Amino acid sequence: MNGYGILKGLWVTFRHFIKTYIEDFKRGRKFYRSAEGIDARREADVEGIFSIQYPEEKLPVPEEFRFLPFLVYDEGPDGERKIRCTACGICAKACPPQCIWIVRSVDPATGKPVAVPAEYYIDVDICMNCGFCAEYCPFDAIKMDHDYEIATYDRTATNIYDLEKLLKPASYYAEIRPRNFTREQEEKAAKEAAKAAR
Amino acid sequence: MTDRIITQAAPNLAEQFPEWVKPDARQGYQGYLVDSPHLVEVMRALRDQYGYDYLSSVTGVDYYPEDLMEVVYHLYRSIGGRSLVLKAQTNRTESHVPSLVSVYPGAEFQEREAWDLLGIRFDGHPDLRRILTWEGFSGHPLRKDWKEPFFEEDIKPFKSRWPEGHVRRIEDSNPYQNNLQYPAGFNPESWSPEGEDPLYRTLTRGNGKGGFKTDQMIVNLGPQHPSTHGVFRMVAVLDGENVVDLKPVMGYLHRNHEKIGERNTFLQIMPFTDRLDYVSSMSNNFGYALAVEKLMGVQVPERAEYIRVIMAELTRVMSHLFSAGFLLNDLGAYFTPSLYVIEERELILDIFEEVSGSRMMCNYFRFGGVVRDLPEGLLTKIKRLVTDRIPRKLEDLDNYLTKNEIVRSRCEGIGVLTAEDAIALSASGPMLRASGVPYDIRRADPYSIYDRFDFDVVVKYHGDIYDRYLVRMDEIRQSLRILEQAIRDIPEGPILAGKPQYTVRVPAGEAYGRIEAPKGELGYYVVSNGKPNPHRYHVRAPSFINLTSLARMSKDEKIADVVAILGSIDIVLGEVDR
Repeated sequence: MNGYGILKGLWVTFRHFIKTYIEDFKRGRKFYRSAEGIDARREADVEGIFSIQYPEEKLPVPEEFRFLPFLVYDEGPDGERKIRCTACGICAKACPPQCIWIVRSVDPATGKPVAVPAEYYIDVDICMNCGFCAEYCPFDAIKMDHDYEIATYDRTATNIYDLEKLLKPASYYAEIRPRNFTREQEEKAAKEAAKAAR
Repeated sequence: MTDRIITQAAPNLAEQFPEWVKPDARQGYQGYLVDSPHLVEVMRALRDQYGYDYLSSVTGVDYYPEDLMEVVYHLYRSIGGRSLVLKAQTNRTESHVPSLVSVYPGAEFQEREAWDLLGIRFDGHPDLRRILTWEGFSGHPLRKDWKEPFFEEDIKPFKSRWPEGHVRRIEDSNPYQNNLQYPAGFNPESWSPEGEDPLYRTLTRGNGKGGFKTDQMIVNLGPQHPSTHGVFRMVAVLDGENVVDLKPVMGYLHRNHEKIGERNTFLQIMPFTDRLDYVSSMSNNFGYALAVEKLMGVQVPERAEYIRVIMAELTRVMSHLFSAGFLLNDLGAYFTPSLYVIEERELILDIFEEVSGSRMMCNYFRFGGVVRDLPEGLLTKIKRLVTDRIPRKLEDLDNYLTKNEIVRSRCEGIGVLTAEDAIALSASGPMLRASGVPYDIRRADPYSIYDRFDFDVVVKYHGDIYDRYLVRMDEIRQSLRILEQAIRDIPEGPILAGKPQYTVRVPAGEAYGRIEAPKGELGYYVVSNGKPNPHRYHVRAPSFINLTSLARMSKDEKIADVVAILGSIDIVLGEVDR
């Protein structure tokens, strides 16, 4: 029958529309504005169509999510910052858009290079979020961040991040990437134990 | 054409044409060198006597500082099998080889591209104009001695980054107005519509058979047109409502991906490949990784192979769903069908984000494996999608669209491409299979571990828009079959051969890695000279080459259907323009 296909199609859209509300009633108020509600809306068996009410609601990002690098520092006992970066330059060499600039520190007395960065810049306008810097850093000193809300009014003035802006504590890193952090700590401990045994 | 076509093993061309052809004996190279004056004859013999009817890729390589320019051809048989590589050599100053358009019409755009980017003239080409850059572009950018107005260094890493780090904004050192260079005698102020005359002259005019006593009209669709999926332009000659001739004009999104690639180290290209066909970045990674692995000779661990297949097939599901939805957009069903399929796409993107860290720019593959293992619980998630959610959606779509009378009357019998034309015009992927050619690289020339899976090659025989849609829907079903088997069989084990390295040693030589990407045959031609960066890096972009058949399909159709025909090719401009 001519037109049957169209009617069937309309039935699909109608059912889709209705199912959205059925889910809504079934799951009650906690379907919105709550973490489990967001999870429920992303489940494979949910029916109907849903949106995330950004910015009131935000999708949680998975651990591996990567957006702009940051530099990790360990906190010493009296609050001093121990920068993990040794200015070896691997991140700057691996970076595909070449957005990392590092100035290596030089000991003023001897004139020899020291394993600390004197300056460290990332042009976040150019950064393509590929994550190579974090992947190939041998000291776990640079990691990819989760903070994606970085819109500014004037990109010409604010978008070259310097050392001050890039440094974040190891506790922050542990918070956004707990699994990676624990694994790296374990590896480090195992390595040190092996060293001590020798 | 002779009666018998020889289809057994690869022919020994050096024996067949001893004066014209000799084997390419360079270390790491394969195939044959053909005397360029006799190229057309050799090619015609290959097509008619040996069954090499499919010209897959045409590209050039500049061997500066040697005075040598080489054109590389990759030929296949449409019944499957390995490739045959032929090369024609010429010099750099007066580079020219005969055009193959008379034998393989599918060479048209690729030869234009080689002329545009490398400055190789193709004698006898019907329409040898620039294709990706514009008339006001100075020089041929892929030549090794070409430099852009703001030139930093030949290869990365740039020395200014470390250890003295002279930071500056690139935009300040390359300000607007200074970042342009024009050919001698070119004035951008006075260049305007007259510059389009060569384009309009190449269009054929009809003989007024439409029966209308009206003038024929040239209509530009695009570049800023909502239904062209990006900045893409079609110039059509109309007789009434009928299309007499049509030419696609592209390059508005051109960024010279290949030059960027040649300045990068091998690994640094990986994230750039994501940006080609940005709807299916995992497949793009796959092809490039295959090409470089061929050169390096690394063996990929089992588990990594399975992960690769899972990701590539999820990508295919996603891309085909997307293209079905946007085909309906082109037919005028604005965004309801698209949003229906985007629901499932979103769930697949969640998986990609969890495993690679990014939804679309995955950058997940490495030479010899993948970056990281699947996080815990992800396989169950994929399994639920594959066995439950996506089949349900396909059923929904079948009810919703497949039998819909409007969809059928707009799509059936429109934009027909015959099997002969599809092969001759080097169409690939769903386009080729919808025209009745059962050619799927996963079966015809298996790569990775596709020979282990049980799936069917989808074929339809009408070659119209509707069949292309049906092929995509059925291919999703076949992909789900592969996915089920892959999830069932995936072993434990390492996911990367060797240690992760940011510089890889790639021995000198050439390699062509090709995969069945969602859009068609995606090939990467890589030439290494043993340095950290490739000497030549070429992408055989399926959507770009599929566009070669757009004119053939649109001929004598109504102008309103051209939009749907374009939608059925399923182009992504990031890949067309590169």
